[in-house]
Amino acid sequence: MQSAQSAIISLAQVTKTFGALKALDAVDLELAAGATTALIGPSGCGKSTLLRLLIGLVKPDGGRVAFDGESLTSANLAAMRKRMGYVIQEGGLFPHLTARVNVTLPARYAGWAAERRDARVAELAELVHLAPATLDRYPAQLSGGQRQRVSLMRALVLDPEVLLLDEPFGALDPMIRARLQDELRNIIRRLGKTVVLVSHDLAEAAYLGDRLVLMRKGRIVQAGKLKEMVHAPADPFVTKFVRAQRRTLKVDKEAG
Amino acid sequence: MRAVRLLVVVATLLGAARARAETAQAAPTVTVASKKFTESVILGEIARQLAAQAGADAQHRAELGGTRVLWNALRSGDIDIYPDYTGTLIVEILADDAIGSLDDLRAALVERGVGMTDPLGFNNTYALGMLAERAKELGIARISDLRTHPELVLGFSNEFMDRRDGWPGLRAAYGLTNVNARGLDHDVAYEALATGSVDAIDLYATDAKIRKYDLTVLDDDRGYFPRYDAVILYRADLAARAPAVVANLQRLAGKIPAQAMIALNARVEEDRESEARVAADFLAESFGMTVAVRERSTFDLILTYTREHLALVGWSMLAALIVALPLGIAAAAWPRFGQGILAVVGIIQTIPALALLVLLMKPLTLVGLSGIGDTPAIVALFLYSLLPIVRNTHAGLRGITPQLRESAEALGLARRVILWRIELPLASPTILAGIKTAAVINVGFATLGALIGAGGYGQPILTGIRLQDYGLIMQGAVPAAALALIVQAAFEVAERFIVPKGLRLARP
Repeated sequence: MQSAQSAIISLAQVTKTFGALKALDAVDLELAAGATTALIGPSGCGKSTLLRLLIGLVKPDGGRVAFDGESLTSANLAAMRKRMGYVIQEGGLFPHLTARVNVTLPARYAGWAAERRDARVAELAELVHLAPATLDRYPAQLSGGQRQRVSLMRALVLDPEVLLLDEPFGALDPMIRARLQDELRNIIRRLGKTVVLVSHDLAEAAYLGDRLVLMRKGRIVQAGKLKEMVHAPADPFVTKFVRAQRRTLKVDKEAG
Repeated sequence: MRAVRLLVVVATLLGAARARAETAQAAPTVTVASKKFTESVILGEIARQLAAQAGADAQHRAELGGTRVLWNALRSGDIDIYPDYTGTLIVEILADDAIGSLDDLRAALVERGVGMTDPLGFNNTYALGMLAERAKELGIARISDLRTHPELVLGFSNEFMDRRDGWPGLRAAYGLTNVNARGLDHDVAYEALATGSVDAIDLYATDAKIRKYDLTVLDDDRGYFPRYDAVILYRADLAARAPAVVANLQRLAGKIPAQAMIALNARVEEDRESEARVAADFLAESFGMTVAVRERSTFDLILTYTREHLALVGWSMLAALIVALPLGIAAAAWPRFGQGILAVVGIIQTIPALALLVLLMKPLTLVGLSGIGDTPAIVALFLYSLLPIVRNTHAGLRGITPQLRESAEALGLARRVILWRIELPLASPTILAGIKTAAVINVGFATLGALIGAGGYGQPILTGIRLQDYGLIMQGAVPAAALALIVQAAFEVAERFIVPKGLRLARP
């Protein structure tokens, strides 16, 4: 566990239920500033709920979510959201706006002048390797990979301290996915931001994340490096989960 | 802010329409109205020309409605003058007063703030008529003869079927218990009689069609039908406001015998002359008055109907947009409120148009608006237009995928920005479809405005039905259909400008 000083996000005894389902069950978690944390686990384990909680899309039933030492409340939510960038699975781009307008929308309403917005767009387009001409197209005219890049640009436009990624490559085919994983890793390294990403793929999580948080049925089973999970599993489930994912990897290797 | 300005404009224009009736101080403004049959329209036109001749700024709301509608409009001050019949007043309107004489009637009317001229000269009582040939064949000459012919089918106008001095009373007076009577529109009754669908119908003693169809009027051998002497009713305040008008109306007393009225009716119904022309000729013959009659070309008339129709549709749609869009947005934002709103506008939609128009009269009068004419028509059309717009706005906003909704929220944009920049554009195709539906339905419904004197394409349709003039019906029906198609096409063009390009690309 990281020390309390360097934690930018902390959850204490956070609980969330949807009807009869306990999505989060008394979760304690501290996320270090500047580190990349990957939330993994089988579907329905609560990893997406946890991420959505951080940006206030889900309100906890109990416990405390703090960002930079301050509890998230409905009063400070809008301000906090400007300090976080969020990318969801399908990108969540607005189909009626061009890629450029999608990217600059938050900046426009944050009062940025046109020149500043243009400069930022150019900077980000270079970062995500997107040709400037592409930005004048509508989402329906872009490929899945391009949409995901635009979505990342939008999340980064206000230069947030934290980047939240919910299954960022879930909807892409494996080739593009692998390439984007490489690029994303470089981007994360270059930016040095705090990143929280959700993935159901152990390989992806291990490749991108400094630290893995394995969840099951609303609880954190183990947090740490992949190596620790392999050699010092906190629970038989950890071993089972790692094995199941490794088998896929092996098959992939044989096939390749 | 824009919505507020629009509201102010609407209110000002509605106000101006009312103010128009009160401006001219020199010439008193007088509104004449008539019921939905030729004789009433002719008498109304005669009254209008007499009022104009007496120096008033007179207008005639022809075919405004039935007895109740006109009586209520007279009492509320929406109209000043209309022709009626003593029998109708005694039995239908003042039934509780047990009136025995003309003086009783006059006194009862004065109590209600209504003045009455002396009888005009003819007694247009109800009567039963059969084809002369058929009556002869069956040996029927009197109403009591009907008792021995239970196989006959009687076709009565809906008003006659329902009113106390109509069929229920007649049936009791003659003991016609085993007779088969059914309701049908009076305007089609003669055709039904001619084709043998019915054997006898109710008619008026001065009906122009008695001769055309060669009918036998059955003898009222038990003297059941009361006298229906034609009179002109006017608001009592008219005697002070425009004494010359009242004096002129009084000159009609005894001047129209039954044969004269049948002739006037026939000139309109058989010879297709305008009521204005027939009325002017009558005044010229009887009083030596010269009244200029402006005969309007068909094109000119259609232009007027178009202007009236567009005004009904335009104002009601504008008001509906101003109210329904915010309601739809609110319904989407607060689901519980939304359920209530959708239920209310849904129920409004199920009220039959005619019932809604009549239901609106009282409340509109209470708030100082006119219960007849374009005001109630616009209000009714406005109410009918709410459902498609509210429902589609609600559906369009609720139909936005959770991913997009959450993406917008996660960007930290203000609620207002999310609504205007993201949600409304995304919902625009659905919202526009709702507005289109409302507008097309509105164009059709607006023809019903003629039932309460709002004009529009319904006016020639109504007159055409009364005169069985299919050409006249087409003058209203064809432009109304064309307008509906134009509105539809206009919205399809508008869609290209309103629906964002990115959405049109996304749709297959």
